[in-house]
Amino acid sequence: MSADVELNNVSVTFGSFYAAKSVNVKINGGEFFSFLGPSGCGKTTLLRAISGFQDPSEGSVLIDNKDMSGIGPNKRPTSLIFQNLALFPLMSVSENIAFSLEVRGVSKKDRQKRADELLELIALEGQGEKKVHQLSGGQKQRVAIARALAVEPKVLLLDEPLSALDLKLRQRMRTELREIQKRVNITFIYITHDQGEALTMSDRIAVMNEGEIEQIGPCDEVYNNPLTPFVATFVGENNPLFGKVKEINQNKVRIETPDGDFLATMNENKKLNIGDEAIAFVRPESLFIPREGDNFDNQIDVNIESFEFEGNIKNFYATLKSGTRIKFSIPNAIDTSSISSGTKLQLGFESIKSSILPKAQLAID
Amino acid sequence: MGNYLFTQPFFKKNGKAVAIYFLVAIVFWFVFLVIIPQLYMLDLSFRSNVPPLARGGPQDFYTMEHYQHFVFGSKTSLDTFNFVDLGVFGRTILVSIMVTIANLLFCYPIAFYIAKIANPSTARLLIVSLIIPFWINELLRSFALRILFANEGVINNFLTGIGVIDQSILFITYDIGLYTGLVYAYILLMMFPLYNAIESLDINQIEAAKDLGSSSLRTHWRIVIPHAKPGIVSGCTMVFMLTVGALATPVVLSSPNTLWFPQLIYQWFNMNDNWSRGSAYSIILLIISVIFVLAMMRIFKVKIGEIIK
Repeated sequence: MSADVELNNVSVTFGSFYAAKSVNVKINGGEFFSFLGPSGCGKTTLLRAISGFQDPSEGSVLIDNKDMSGIGPNKRPTSLIFQNLALFPLMSVSENIAFSLEVRGVSKKDRQKRADELLELIALEGQGEKKVHQLSGGQKQRVAIARALAVEPKVLLLDEPLSALDLKLRQRMRTELREIQKRVNITFIYITHDQGEALTMSDRIAVMNEGEIEQIGPCDEVYNNPLTPFVATFVGENNPLFGKVKEINQNKVRIETPDGDFLATMNENKKLNIGDEAIAFVRPESLFIPREGDNFDNQIDVNIESFEFEGNIKNFYATLKSGTRIKFSIPNAIDTSSISSGTKLQLGFESIKSSILPKAQLAID
Repeated sequence: MGNYLFTQPFFKKNGKAVAIYFLVAIVFWFVFLVIIPQLYMLDLSFRSNVPPLARGGPQDFYTMEHYQHFVFGSKTSLDTFNFVDLGVFGRTILVSIMVTIANLLFCYPIAFYIAKIANPSTARLLIVSLIIPFWINELLRSFALRILFANEGVINNFLTGIGVIDQSILFITYDIGLYTGLVYAYILLMMFPLYNAIESLDINQIEAAKDLGSSSLRTHWRIVIPHAKPGIVSGCTMVFMLTVGALATPVVLSSPNTLWFPQLIYQWFNMNDNWSRGSAYSIILLIISVIFVLAMMRIFKVKIGEIIK
């Protein structure tokens, strides 16, 4: 059983500081939903408001259309997976998993049965007698998930549980979490500052900054059509090109910058007028070295400063005429051995791959 | 020899002067302050009681008479057992156990509050207010309690004054003053080990238990108390040992017709000039304390290293 979670105008204040400010979001039952934002953006506060550890100063939290105010964390149909997992070190793995059943007075035999079922789900059959410290990082992770799932919660809340793992394990756990979510079919609400995690696992994400939600939407929509300069630069990488709006033709906007005029695409929710200060964004992977016969909407002259080899791609750092630095990435499959620092190049990019937004704060400031 | 010693890692790590200071201090403490006095007392407890000048003479021989006296009483006594001393001993142990339990029950909620609920400035204030009364000597604190609990004391005067009672409550006669004094005397030795143990518990553990549906009471039973076990054992052993060996508080606060075991020891040493018997009684007290520590470790399944932490 999964449940909808609705935050209605939720604000959480500490003194005069707004940890969360008028947050409105409706998370559908069975959805994998992520709150993505830098540390201190209020995402953990929201998670604590949903789990019941933090009362909202204003607004309400609804789970399954039921107002949760006054209902403690031990009475809510939610389970929380802590950042440090918070497994009980003095109990065995089975006791950990069955703890929620123990406190509900389930008999020892039934507890053991349920623990065994869950151990099978997380591929740790026969390891229930072990102590927590005898497990590896990934195994602990899975035990924490099993423990949270033991009472069959309607909503599972995850507070950056993968942040302590090494890269390979983290990538594997992403897939595994997603699979577990599909299997148990309950609502997962995931908190992270890692956009890779959010994008790979989630159905939808909410990008947060300074206690407020900047954008909610499916991953590809947020990535391709950011609504604010913050989202554009926080989710993935983006090169900002600052300028003034010169010409508008339906959703195509021409922006005048010190490095020339560029054609970019305007989001229908973020209307611009001629003369407005604006930023056109172009991602490193959307900048190309034109080949014979290529005809891009935009050309841009760059002077290569340095590059770094990342494996599947090669990242180049270059300066524009005005001194602005930009980054672009070329797949390793393309031969770029002739390009080195000092090389002058003309790059191209399509207007459809460049979004233009009213000038505002960037995530990299 | 000296060269060999100075090339040892301990000397290299600390430097010659510091290393020698460490060695001398530790050896002095251990040999002169721990081993020799205890051995001397153990030896004395098995010797006949003779004046110092007769030591080594024909009247100075090894005997079990002091231990026998503790169990069976004086040879001229008509009773089969030494009911008086055994009674005092039994009561001292029993009351000390009760005092320890009372201390634990009293300190646990306060320690938990300071460690996990109070904000840092409140916690500091509370700790300081716990410590300040202990700047005053134990004897004086006992007298202060005596003034409170006396038949014409503060509490009785207050209660009769507002008309709750019309006759003084005999706090001292019924040893209520003594029990209160003993609980109060070593309370910090329960408080701080408990506080330290609870303080080191990750708050997420408590929240995780709560999130999984656990009531507050059960969270304490399953999460906080198991984690604080070494602190509990440490506090209980210290409070028990000091209570069972307390002298000043019982002297001031016990009723005229009851004795505390250390008062008995004191009498043998000072009033009856029988150091051998006093030593024997002290050894008995020591053995009981060791048994208590071992029993606590066994009951709570805690190792000695964890207690000392």
